[in-house]
Amino acid sequence: MKVAVITFPGSNCDYDLYKAAQQVGGDATFMWHRERGLAGYDAVLLPGGFSYGDYLRAGAIARMSPIMEDVIAFANTGGPVLGICNGFQILCESGLLPGALMHNKSMRFQSKDVFLRVERADTLFTADYEEGQILRIPIAHGEGNYEADRETLEALESEGRVVFRYVDSNGGTSDGANPNGSWHDIAGITNESGNVLGMMPHPERAMEELLGSTDGIALFTSLVASLQTS
Amino acid sequence: MSQYRLEVRVKPRPGLLDPQGKAVHHSLNSLGWDGVGDVRVGKAIYIDMDAESPDAALEAVEVMCRKLLANPVTEDFEVSLVGEAEGADS
Repeated sequence: MKVAVITFPGSNCDYDLYKAAQQVGGDATFMWHRERGLAGYDAVLLPGGFSYGDYLRAGAIARMSPIMEDVIAFANTGGPVLGICNGFQILCESGLLPGALMHNKSMRFQSKDVFLRVERADTLFTADYEEGQILRIPIAHGEGNYEADRETLEALESEGRVVFRYVDSNGGTSDGANPNGSWHDIAGITNESGNVLGMMPHPERAMEELLGSTDGIALFTSLVASLQTS
Repeated sequence: MSQYRLEVRVKPRPGLLDPQGKAVHHSLNSLGWDGVGDVRVGKAIYIDMDAESPDAALEAVEVMCRKLLANPVTEDFEVSLVGEAEGADS
């Protein structure tokens, strides 16, 4: 199971993502954003960080990197692509996912653990979770406020493409539980065919009991298992 | 071929929450500018480029806006010609 972790100038979660993939039995390889070719890879991971210093808009410049042409082609042929934090922003900028991530409503960078509710446990990325399960996963972002036009939001909801939502520890949604002002408390969404997932929280930072949570592990085991059975 | 200078104004779309504008608004109010009712923060981008004509320059920059400079989900843009860049040969 070969996994490509794409490093952009300014990525800073690429090692965490690499280690998370290795921890669940994936054969991870770093790819620099200027490299080309994803033949032979089974999944692509876009890490968090501040690619190009978030110049212009978060993810806007990284989206123009040479490798992104291959990532888009890979995704369009059904290859699994996971973008976390800045990776999610890059996926939105590239058009692989709809909508955009705006400045947090509070105008503050938010770095803390949040609770997420698993809305769909039947995706490539979430099969090892239970629907409705509450996860504790860290966030660390200044621009995570998910925004899309009304038709897009309606489509995301009616097609069941909201995979994670910010909730409180009891699983209820509220303004207080939403760290960034995201519409519909959206923390993670998939594309129409379900093979591209973008999420602001960092499951790759929730892989070790020692570091506070292991709730991210199932996301990576789900992905590896889906590739082994396909 | 002449060199033109263009100004792109990128603005948050009306109706969208602009947290940056809101923060500036509060600051202006606290400085005593009670009459300030709304503030929206956008950005201006200046581009010097060679083109066959002013229209060709405007057209090219509109394409740049759609491809990179503005995000159509959250931002509107306006492009205007602000003159010929220095050293232009006409």
